[in-house]
Amino acid sequence: MRLDVLNRGYTPSTKLLFALIRLMSRHPVPDAAKLVFYRPDFYGSRAKEFTHEAMRGPSAWSVGDRELMAAYVSRTNDSAFCIGAHTATATQALDGPKVAAVLADLETAPVGDGLRATLRMLGKLTREGTVSAQDMRHVLSAGVTRQQVEDALAVCAAFNTTNRLADAFGFDVLSPEDFEAGAKYLLKRGYR
Amino acid sequence: MTEDVPTEDKKRAAYRALEDRILHGDGKAAAEQRGRAFSNAGLAPPLDGLVGKVATSPTQVTDADFAAARAAGFSEDELFELVVCAAVGESARRYDAGLAALADAADAADAAGGEDGG
Repeated sequence: MRLDVLNRGYTPSTKLLFALIRLMSRHPVPDAAKLVFYRPDFYGSRAKEFTHEAMRGPSAWSVGDRELMAAYVSRTNDSAFCIGAHTATATQALDGPKVAAVLADLETAPVGDGLRATLRMLGKLTREGTVSAQDMRHVLSAGVTRQQVEDALAVCAAFNTTNRLADAFGFDVLSPEDFEAGAKYLLKRGYR
Repeated sequence: MTEDVPTEDKKRAAYRALEDRILHGDGKAAAEQRGRAFSNAGLAPPLDGLVGKVATSPTQVTDADFAAARAAGFSEDELFELVVCAAVGESARRYDAGLAALADAADAADAAGGEDGG
């Protein structure tokens, strides 16, 4: 990563933990995981809490739908590490070609109208920095509840933050096998 | 007592807690500077270049942006904090804009006697 403290500046117990993870999982510790262990009182602890709540907390959206939103926001931001991580996670959670289809062309992908309208709105908000009440009316009129929109906005906030940190700090993009292993972990354990 | 908090408020509260910590808690960078990075406004060169890219074009950040900020005297820990503030701030503006647009749309639906999704 572009800051040396993010490569080497961990406490001895955290370094030991990273070594154990490498040993047990036989995969590298992803930079996204390392970042939240660096001075966790400043960023990592609260970031993990928020991201876990957004991605795994109570919601009418399934975990797979929320991982797909994460992948879609990451694709909109062209954020390579997060596209790889959350495409793998959404694909494991949702099974089948849905995720690849959404990332290739949202308008023709085999998803419901509510999810499509929500992803469209998240893409606009991510790209342009704002959306209108009219944009929100389109989502609500596709059958999405107000709380579901709020839940989707939380996913969007988590990944607009993480995408920026991934690209600014320069997270190493993992191999497909390492992304698959990370996805399995995220579905089993979440973000906490 | 967490059962008393509606889930959407729990998500928002968790984000506010993150914002509050990075802006107002202890840090190596001055709180005023963290606030400017969060707002992406009022910073002097070369920091304004790095922070501006983190906010609006993060894939364009380069090693040279960090090198310029280090050469201007910023420590690694200060840069860690300021980059985090820039990322969280830009994301917070999107979160707030989305919630405001949603409130407008839902309030208009209520006023028209339509269904309220929430």
